[in-house]
Amino acid sequence: MPAGQSTRASNLNIERLKAQFGEMCRIREFERAAITASTEKLVLGAIHPSIGQEAVAVGVCGNLKRDDIILSTHRGHGHTMAKGADALAMMRELFGRAGGTSGGKGGSMHIADFSVGMLGANGVVAANINIAAGAAHAIKLKGEDKVVVCFFGDGAINRGPFLEGLNWAGVFKLPIVFVCEDNGFAATTRTHAMTAGGGPAARAESIGIKAEIVDGNDVVAVDEIARSLIEEARRGTPRFLLANTYRLTGHTSADPAPYRAEEEVQERWLNDPIETVRNALVRAGVAPDELDAMHRAAEAEMTQAYETAKATEWPETALAFADVQDIGDPREEAF
Amino acid sequence: MARVSYIEAGRQAVAEEMRRDPLVWAVGEDLGRGGVFGQYTGLADEFGSDRISDAPISESCILGAAVGAAMTGTRPIVEMRFSDFALCAVDELVNQAAKARYMFGGQTRVPIVVREPIGMWRSSAAQHSQSLEAWYAHIPGLVVAVPSTPADAKGLLKAAIRCDDPVVFMEHKNLWPLEGEVPDGDVVVDFGKARTVREGRDVTIVSWSAAVHTAEEAAKTLSGEGVEADVIDLRTLWPWDKAAVLKSVETTGRLLVVQESVSVAGFGAEVAATVAEALHGVLKAPVRRLGAPRIPISYAPPLEDEVRVTADAVAAAARDLVTRINR
Repeated sequence: MPAGQSTRASNLNIERLKAQFGEMCRIREFERAAITASTEKLVLGAIHPSIGQEAVAVGVCGNLKRDDIILSTHRGHGHTMAKGADALAMMRELFGRAGGTSGGKGGSMHIADFSVGMLGANGVVAANINIAAGAAHAIKLKGEDKVVVCFFGDGAINRGPFLEGLNWAGVFKLPIVFVCEDNGFAATTRTHAMTAGGGPAARAESIGIKAEIVDGNDVVAVDEIARSLIEEARRGTPRFLLANTYRLTGHTSADPAPYRAEEEVQERWLNDPIETVRNALVRAGVAPDELDAMHRAAEAEMTQAYETAKATEWPETALAFADVQDIGDPREEAF
Repeated sequence: MARVSYIEAGRQAVAEEMRRDPLVWAVGEDLGRGGVFGQYTGLADEFGSDRISDAPISESCILGAAVGAAMTGTRPIVEMRFSDFALCAVDELVNQAAKARYMFGGQTRVPIVVREPIGMWRSSAAQHSQSLEAWYAHIPGLVVAVPSTPADAKGLLKAAIRCDDPVVFMEHKNLWPLEGEVPDGDVVVDFGKARTVREGRDVTIVSWSAAVHTAEEAAKTLSGEGVEADVIDLRTLWPWDKAAVLKSVETTGRLLVVQESVSVAGFGAEVAATVAEALHGVLKAPVRRLGAPRIPISYAPPLEDEVRVTADAVAAAARDLVTRINR
């Protein structure tokens, strides 16, 4: 399907869609800057870009309040930004510099900003699902008006915590939405080759958690379905969203992804979610120049973040000993 | 002071802390009916099923959910039934609970207590009898408590519930019926402060959990022979009271570590190495460890007993250290 054909042009909330376009551009440009820095060995360790998946992060998180909670995966930049984290602090974290969201101790794979309810990306596939269930459990115990969204990839459905966390949410009727971003690959292996049965939605349904399936590259569609699932979850009905999307880069920024044909990737670029939403806006009468200016502003913001992060000092080495634990603190000679 | 059993002491600690702090709750398999050993008997009646919560047989989720619930402002007590079963939740404990505070740069804390009963339990065989405390002492971020008396079971559990760090709390299954004096009132036992079980000038015996009682029995025998052992109960393995051990060995010049767990790479090795590093010059004999051989626990009683560290073995080892002519 050519770009721009999948969003319904009618009933578009132009201002909301423009904001979504801007946020998707910011995520795209953040990750482009991060990939550049990774290539230049300024960002170390692995980074896992979500280029091509921005519509899921923006469409879902746009329906959350600041107090609501998300948990993410090793591919978590987009979710974190969409939840409202500061891009410069995130960039500093990727660079391992002072002032990073986790003080330079976590890096890309452990990006987190608790001040906006982003309780952490996780380096262990599916591990965030149980933690998310617990966060929702605490909300219920405390009687708070909050909801949890747990993002994970299609690869996560083959680990035990997927079954255990969904069962837990169902048993305790927790305010949680599980969002499976199906990009087709579990690291570098096609997930369907490693998955028996009917896939993510079928598994959720088998546990009694109603699942919806959405075109994850269509931000309008994601926005709409996420809004209703989040409201249902807020009332104590756990829900599941399968968002079909595609990872336009490799597993990591260093992965050229030779395991898939160039033609496949080219075809998928035709369904770039950012182009899709841009075309929809143009069709609705928004001037292309205005949209181009928004995209350039996002690019300028992230270039600036890159430059600032690069010029930022390293964390003080004494901080290596901080935040381990209170009891038996390694800084104390007594132990 | 009242005489209370080890299991009742823990139950009191949970009840008192839950009354004190409405954010404390417990979750695990079979808690509603009192827990597999009865450690939670009656608590669901007082606190309701939301705060004494049954859970699916789902160790990974019990522990993972507790991590999430702790990061969002509650204080879960996690029941793992047997430390052996907690292995199903090692990622949640080691990769998540222990590291969240650090890897998120101090943005969060994980105040959970993970109760993992340890120890040989008659004919429970290889998957219900392990003592894996050394594993957790090795992990940065965790506190490891191994109480040997009812008073410590209560005081340390209260400390664990109040602690903002994740605490692995390892009760010994054979100690559940043990009775002892428990102080009245809101008594909290500090982590990292060893208990002097008895004082002696000739040899230092360091132990923890149920093996403390074996060491104490041996010390009584030795005393009858004119050998006085300084017996130290570590109470917690992280933090551990290095100062108390070094002070004792400075006096006695001899160290024997007694543990129920497998000796190889056990916590006794840490104690022995620390003493060897710090007090090489004052040691009158090489440091000595007694523990289980590196084999799984058997089902048949005679085979099970074969790996048990006995008071006779402890006394013999101590005797050997004291009578050894060294330099």
